[in-house]
Amino acid sequence: MDLRSTTTSPTGDVPSGPPVGGPDISQPLLRLRGISKHFGAVQALYGVDLDLLAAEVTALCGDNGAGKSVLTKCIAGIHEPDAGEMLWEGRAVHIRTPNDASALGIETVYQDLALADNLDIVQNMFLGRERLSRGLLDEDSMERAAGRTLAGLRVTTVRSIRQPVATLSGGQRQAVAVAKAVMWNSKLVMLDEPTAALGVAQTRMVLDLIRRLKDHGLAVMVISHNLNDVFEVADRIAVLRLGRLVAQDRLAAFDRERVVDFMTTGTSSRPAPAAGAVATSDR
Amino acid sequence: MNAMDGQPGAPSIDEETLGPEAAADLTAAVGEAIPPGVVPGTLRAYLRAWLARVRSGDAGVLPVVVGLIAVTVVFTIVSPNHVFLSAANLVNLFDQSAVFIVLAIGEGFVLLLGEIDLSIGFVAAIGGIVAAQLVQPSPGWPWWLAIAAGLLACAAIGALQGTIITRLHIPAFIVTLAGYLIWFGVMIVILGPAGQVSITAPLPDQQALYGLVYGYIDPLVAWVGLAVIVAVYAVVTWRTDAGRRRSGLVAPPVNLTIAKILLVAVAGILVVAICNVDRGKFLPIVGVPWVIPVVLAVLVLWTILLERTSYGRHVYAVGGSAEAARRAGIHVPRVRTLAFVLCAMTAGLAGVIYCSQLGGMTTNINGGQLVLYAVAAAVIGGTSLFGGRGRARDGLLGGLVIGAIYNGLYLLGLPIQWQLIVTGLVLLAAVSVDSLSRGQSAPTLARA
Repeated sequence: MDLRSTTTSPTGDVPSGPPVGGPDISQPLLRLRGISKHFGAVQALYGVDLDLLAAEVTALCGDNGAGKSVLTKCIAGIHEPDAGEMLWEGRAVHIRTPNDASALGIETVYQDLALADNLDIVQNMFLGRERLSRGLLDEDSMERAAGRTLAGLRVTTVRSIRQPVATLSGGQRQAVAVAKAVMWNSKLVMLDEPTAALGVAQTRMVLDLIRRLKDHGLAVMVISHNLNDVFEVADRIAVLRLGRLVAQDRLAAFDRERVVDFMTTGTSSRPAPAAGAVATSDR
Repeated sequence: MNAMDGQPGAPSIDEETLGPEAAADLTAAVGEAIPPGVVPGTLRAYLRAWLARVRSGDAGVLPVVVGLIAVTVVFTIVSPNHVFLSAANLVNLFDQSAVFIVLAIGEGFVLLLGEIDLSIGFVAAIGGIVAAQLVQPSPGWPWWLAIAAGLLACAAIGALQGTIITRLHIPAFIVTLAGYLIWFGVMIVILGPAGQVSITAPLPDQQALYGLVYGYIDPLVAWVGLAVIVAVYAVVTWRTDAGRRRSGLVAPPVNLTIAKILLVAVAGILVVAICNVDRGKFLPIVGVPWVIPVVLAVLVLWTILLERTSYGRHVYAVGGSAEAARRAGIHVPRVRTLAFVLCAMTAGLAGVIYCSQLGGMTTNINGGQLVLYAVAAAVIGGTSLFGGRGRARDGLLGGLVIGAIYNGLYLLGLPIQWQLIVTGLVLLAAVSVDSLSRGQSAPTLARA
């Protein structure tokens, strides 16, 4: 698959703004219904309903062991759910392998980044999906495409896109991992604790990057412990507790205390800061 | 030098003014400026980037070239009548090094994965013996078919060992240690009660095999061949580099491209000129031994495989981070198994060269020493024992260092024990350079 070759952007840039004339924006890009997953005797997810919308950042919050990673891995095709259905752009889909997920346009940026330190930025971004010309690697085309994607995300501080990833700062590495995820016509990018290991300035850089993904019309799901980051970047918040989705609503319906209440007790008696906030269920 | 290892990139303006660290954290500030690293470097910027890499610990080819020059100078001074630098000795040195070079290039595949193959010494012996047995009068195979059979046998051995390692999850160290013993035994079994096989009989196919090291290319043909090789290299390099410069990609500056081409031309002219000096004592001996283009072909083919194909890219990725490779959708066990196959097959060719050099094979072949020299040569050449770093040319340079030490100490009339001690010390120095450079260059990737 070519880098966004279907877009009309003359520079081949990452397209800006939500797609025009595409599928109905109001319909969730990915709709999960009743997703359950158990490992042996341990029930990790109980009938999770979750909607992920295009051009929105959804923050998935929850304490350790709440099932955030399992849910992410179900969407990424690493685990297959035991029950429930997934609707992708309104169509029922079965995601059984990571390749199924990428074919739909779902990419995951893992906490430990999954970059090979000894390879340079271009090599990492095309790892496993190298472009060939006459059987040999087409370095020129890959380097151009990688450069365009990074420029589109305004990652412009790396000295050279031919420098090994080992020489990059934590924030730059995160940026490369994100760029790698958005290169492939992806529509949904999931980031697992994207700021966990970063300093203040680098965290800012990554949050800006997440906003840019949203501006480009992608659906973004951010898994985070850090409520500061969540409130800075999210449009919607979903809270998992012990495998159940206990709350899901727009950012305005929450404040920090309410999120913490939901994370720890599964319910909140505090008044919602904005009208119209409804916790989905307390099953 | 080529696009793979060139990461020069002229520093952008913000970095000039703020320093690299400050620039790193101000991503959005630059806005939609020039895409990163697409400004073609000047020679100065290129050299500065190279110097920065050396300082950060990635010395690349520098230590081994310095080492090779040092060894050459020392042995030239101390050898009787400075015979070390004579044409006859240099050709001899290359003949002796060829086995180490090819073995080291083969071992390089496995070292790049962070693995080791201890069996290739005796696997090489098996390859040589299979080829030698098949050109005996009784099966009487043509020489090329015999060599192919030898390589195929070795590839099969590599496939067997590689499959056991990757499918049964047994460390390569153990599997290939078992292979070391097994193929040692098999070698003795194949050689039978005679304990040897010779390829010096005046049969055309045996002479062809023997001629790999002791057959020489006509001087005129050698010059023409060299001209063709240099011309092809020049055209390919120039077109690649110029194309990248035109489209604004990371590319070496013009003078560096010219320097690369000149270096190859000069090296080639030197080799052919030295080989075309009459070095016979009683009868004239002139010409490039066939083993030189054979080694060159292995070097070029394996360099292309490692640096210009997706398989090669995956080898580096698995060596750098197997987990990252797996998540990128790379079939890691397949990459690893194939690396053991390629390693063993390349070793088979080294065995054929060894067979030619010795005029046959005997049960006295020291496969243990061969494999250790192969690992040593690769590491001395700059291949990392920890995986993920190394190139085919490391085997060439490291093999030459080992060959030079072997040859030089022999010229001094020093017995074998000194050769062992000196080679061991050089290996230790090379591994220390590797280890130190890792410690400095990448504190973020501290490994257990």
